[in-house]
Amino acid sequence: MNCQNVIQELSNFIDGELDAASKQDLEGHLKDCTECKLVVDQTKKTVRLFCDSEPIELPGEVRNRLHEALRRKFKEATH
Amino acid sequence: MLRSWNSLSTPNPHRLASAVAREDEHLLVAAAKSGDASAFEELVSRYERKIFRLTMNITRNREDAEDAMQDAFLKSYSHLKTFQGDSRFYTWLVRIAANEALMRLRKRRPNQFSLDEPIEGDEDLMPRELQDWGPGPEQRFAQTEMHEILSSVIDELEPEYRTVFVLRDIEELSTEETADAVGISVPAVKSRLLRARLKLRQKLDRYFKQGATN
Repeated sequence: MNCQNVIQELSNFIDGELDAASKQDLEGHLKDCTECKLVVDQTKKTVRLFCDSEPIELPGEVRNRLHEALRRKFKEATH
Repeated sequence: MLRSWNSLSTPNPHRLASAVAREDEHLLVAAAKSGDASAFEELVSRYERKIFRLTMNITRNREDAEDAMQDAFLKSYSHLKTFQGDSRFYTWLVRIAANEALMRLRKRRPNQFSLDEPIEGDEDLMPRELQDWGPGPEQRFAQTEMHEILSSVIDELEPEYRTVFVLRDIEELSTEETADAVGISVPAVKSRLLRARLKLRQKLDRYFKQGATN
């Protein structure tokens, strides 16, 4: 496996979707290629940072508007 | 009679929190389907922040994000009886909200992009001039600062990449669910996701590389 192959398979590797032989091949390449290892590690970190980011706080007035609209909808449904 | 659904969330030390939350969600959906409005409102309260994050991430416009979120909840209530329970309620909700957000994005930027056209090329994806990020960027930045960085870099990403990244990596939809929600093929989702991840890595590089001035 060369560097270009590693980039092409990067998402499959991160998502655990590579077959065992390809995974072993890719991991073997990472042992010898510091550049590819950096790309893989930093891309994993990028995904994790976004995945772990907390949802933003919903502003009070937006929340109130939403729940008022819902209650109107509930009333309509019961009539 | 209003029931207290909070009691359903009481942690059970013998079970995974996510498993409890899923079962809890299932009960709330069943109650809402049989006409219990308070159960539906509990579902809304549970997911409103996440759905707002989703609509904000796709539209990158506050007004559109608020409207898309509200319409997504109202539509999900109107169509609740059609929800078959094949997927999690949250996944179903995400797909409705993504559609609402995409509709507004397309309306606001009709000539800027199309999610339907193929954009994948054969360009060289190999990153250049790689630099070490050093130990833990998470520790180097305060939570609010990190939030601003992530918001800034995702804002720079083209909508066709951003949408796929948000659905797959933030909302954790499967590749197939993402393809279905956006209306593109599974290979297109995979291709865009790879490019989105690489582009975001590159954009974060300017904040995280060793010796970067913040």
